[in-house]
Amino acid sequence: MTDDSLVTIEVDGQPLQARPGSMLIEATDAAGISVPRFCYHKKLSVAANCRMCLVEVEKAPKPLPACATPVNEGMKVFTKSPLALAAQKGTMEFLLINHPLDCPICDQGGECELQDVAVAYGGDVSRYSEGKRVVKDKDIGPLVATELTRCIHCTRCVRFGAEVAGVRELGATGRGEHMQIGTFIERSVDSELSANIIDLCPVGALTSKPFRYQARAWELQEQASIATHDCVGSNTYAHIRRNELMRVVPRDNESLNESWISDRDRFSYLGLNGEDRLTVPMLKKQGRWEEVSWQEALQAVATALQSSAEQSGALVSASSTLEEMFLLQKLLRGLGSSHIDYRLQQIDFRADSVMPVFPWLGVSVEALEKQQSVLLIGSNIRKDQPILGHRLRKAALAGAQVTFINAAHYEHTFDATHIVTHAARMVAELAAVAAAAGARSSGVAAELIAAARPADAHQQIADSLKQQDESLLLLGMQAMHHPDFAVLLELTRALSEATGSKTGFLPLGANGFGGTLAGAVPMHGVAGTSIETPGKNAAELPLADLKTVILMGVEPQYDLPAGESMLQALASVPTLIALSAWRNEHLEAMADILLPVSVAAETAGSYLNAAAECQSAQGLLAPPGEARPGWKVLRVLGNLLDQEGFEYNSAADVLSEWQAAVADLPADNRIKANTLDALNLQSDDEQAVVRLAELPIYSVDALVRRAGPLQQTRDADQKQLRMNTDLARHYDVQAGDLLRITQNNVQAEFSVCIDDTTTDHCVRLSAAIPGTEQIGGMTGWISLQKVDA
Amino acid sequence: MSMTNSLQNQDKNTLFSDDVKQQIDQWVAKYPDEWKQSAVMAALMIVQESGNGSLTTEQMDRVAAYLDMPPIAVYEVASFYSMYELKPVGKHKICVCTNVSCMINGSDRIVSHLNEKLGIDFGEITDDGRYSLKEVECLGACGGAPMMQIADKYYENLTPELIDSILEGLD
Ligand code: SF4
Ligand code: FES
Ligand code: FES
Repeated sequence: MTDDSLVTIEVDGQPLQARPGSMLIEATDAAGISVPRFCYHKKLSVAANCRMCLVEVEKAPKPLPACATPVNEGMKVFTKSPLALAAQKGTMEFLLINHPLDCPICDQGGECELQDVAVAYGGDVSRYSEGKRVVKDKDIGPLVATELTRCIHCTRCVRFGAEVAGVRELGATGRGEHMQIGTFIERSVDSELSANIIDLCPVGALTSKPFRYQARAWELQEQASIATHDCVGSNTYAHIRRNELMRVVPRDNESLNESWISDRDRFSYLGLNGEDRLTVPMLKKQGRWEEVSWQEALQAVATALQSSAEQSGALVSASSTLEEMFLLQKLLRGLGSSHIDYRLQQIDFRADSVMPVFPWLGVSVEALEKQQSVLLIGSNIRKDQPILGHRLRKAALAGAQVTFINAAHYEHTFDATHIVTHAARMVAELAAVAAAAGARSSGVAAELIAAARPADAHQQIADSLKQQDESLLLLGMQAMHHPDFAVLLELTRALSEATGSKTGFLPLGANGFGGTLAGAVPMHGVAGTSIETPGKNAAELPLADLKTVILMGVEPQYDLPAGESMLQALASVPTLIALSAWRNEHLEAMADILLPVSVAAETAGSYLNAAAECQSAQGLLAPPGEARPGWKVLRVLGNLLDQEGFEYNSAADVLSEWQAAVADLPADNRIKANTLDALNLQSDDEQAVVRLAELPIYSVDALVRRAGPLQQTRDADQKQLRMNTDLARHYDVQAGDLLRITQNNVQAEFSVCIDDTTTDHCVRLSAAIPGTEQIGGMTGWISLQKVDA
Repeated sequence: MSMTNSLQNQDKNTLFSDDVKQQIDQWVAKYPDEWKQSAVMAALMIVQESGNGSLTTEQMDRVAAYLDMPPIAVYEVASFYSMYELKPVGKHKICVCTNVSCMINGSDRIVSHLNEKLGIDFGEITDDGRYSLKEVECLGACGGAPMMQIADKYYENLTPELIDSILEGLD
């Protein structure tokens, strides 16, 4: 088959077709002809600085680098001719001159591109007997270890920073023999994608710090897996040695994560085996915890559920598997209850009846980078969904207009318009864009639109959303966890109607989309089936005087934003059952039964990602002790309760039942109109101070919270009360002073950090961080008081 | 591109003295707006000359902020070219060529004479701050090898005696 738009070349006597303008190495790679290389990487720009890929091209006077030589019709190439081989071997010899050859103590040994190529092209004895250069190692943070004497200056890591991560932190300073890779000044590399340079580095100059000296490549078994900390579901490989997860690396998937994974997805496994793992079922008897058999524990759970029947409820983490969510809701609905929710961080549920049943990103992950105008509402996409942040960056670099309406200023890696406002004014800013677009609504949203005086910026956003064919409105985590989420949603709906823009969501958790479709919500069943009596939502459920409540994968002190009132309410539930991988003082104080379950790679399970694809992963590790996969525990409970249809042999059985129920229901973000009568976050007091509670990148779920090295990064260092100079002056405090914060009648003390990107009358105090257990993690009004030393 | 540099948010007019800013602007004007980083080499030189003949990290950060570049990109340039000094230099910076032609014509002797006379090695500075020594690669004056450069002047066909008289003649 010949295609006229392609050119034909001949490599080692074999005719190949290639896209005009593409490089030789792309054609040889596609044909499986191996050409050695170090600096070339398919996802990075061509640097052509290592010269390892030299090949012979007919009529060219000297060997040419395959990575930087465009194909030409009729070109004749020889990759293994004497000339090519001599050039390749020559390059190899030069590269090895300054390389320490310390493979026996190098973590890269066994999976090193330099080692592999040296075996094929290197001499067996070095002709170089002079001194080799040494380079001092640099400390670039808790994730990446450096051993820069091994560096061969391919600059892949530098190009990754500049081209993919969008943060130019690493560079090549000095010249010739003195050239060094580093940050030049002492500093850490802080990108949320930073650790991809470990995979990119062809030698052992950049390796994983936590994995250092832990295992050899050939001891590891590679298994495909799915990352579970955001709604992308990046494809990964788990590297396992004797039932221990040793590390996680990316698995290429062009339609999702390309060749990358976030640092969160890479290092969260470090939280798996902490001291606080729950490994045996436990029952509280007369106030004392006792280890019991599974049989006894399950019987106790079944008895409690049997007697509480429709008075039972469940809260389930958004990182649970689809199977777990599906079975849990099936179990409850079998008991006549719809008290189940997975939207644990949400506080405004007035939109329950208008939310789509099968929400998604609104476009495929690949198509995100093709958008021409994107408005993000309440999103720090870069830290919340790092891979989507990277796709959005590509859209922006290609010229898309990207705008954020946020309550805090977030540093981004591309040019964007930032509308940064007080948390209570986010609705007004969005209304101003809606007004500029001529959007129509009702109720309080209509009032906001009518009251808006759109500035040029608003008009410009509205126009661009209208004019561009590919325009998208995205509601982020901070919008979904906002006290006026319903109003933001209605304004988004109205704006999308007026501009013809698509809408999309960026929820928390690996099953932030799946939970709704699995029926783990109080307002409808699986795939949106209507139910007679809707249940209580996540905010109401603990306060609803239920007799039995199940917490699945929930750390109540961090995953439930209401703080003390919620903890007390849960403590007074007659039978509180926790299916958890960990024990902690809060669970132990409030629960009556603890059932040890698997997390992440320990269980088979599926996740519905942003692109509306269901991805399944195998259980790769046996869970510790007597812990069991959640779906199995729920299956047995179904059997003990004599419920019908709980005879599953595998997680796949559960999934197919769910899939049959969903059938061919399409992903659809259509939001119904919603008339709301008032704002929740509103104050007549001009001086009122709001707390903005963001969920930090490394606090999103129980596993990540336990991953030590992630907790040592700069991104995890958000444990203070941040405010601007004006507000600090008002309370007469300086950086480091203590302030007492009162929210919902609960007090807590935090030290102050002055951050002038914080808006007026606002303090930023993250959710789900140590110290917020009682005060909770909600955005809302607070009062402050200086604590005298 | 995100650039972590606290100076990045500072008003550009306050980064340099008026005189320095004016000189840099002359170079910036030579390039299209979106390529103003092209002025980085000239800017670094101007900043270096306006001060003590060497560049501090802070000064490089200012150049980065002024030209909207990531600081590391400025460090790369400054550390690549030998005319930028990243450590303090003496009032008279003596650059001695040790590249092939000069080496063949006895630059070793020149270097050791300077070492002994001044009591310093390459990369060092005399206690009184008067002289510093720097090893440089070929300065294109092979015809007069061995050679050295002080300020913008080349001194060729060097001998130890010649060096003594040259140093005496410096102010
Ligand atoms: S550290 Fe590794 S990736 Fe970076 S330039 Fe050196 S060899 Fe290449
Ligand atoms: S791979 Fe072609 S020059 Fe490095
Ligand atoms: S080798 Fe010294 S000037 Fe050329």
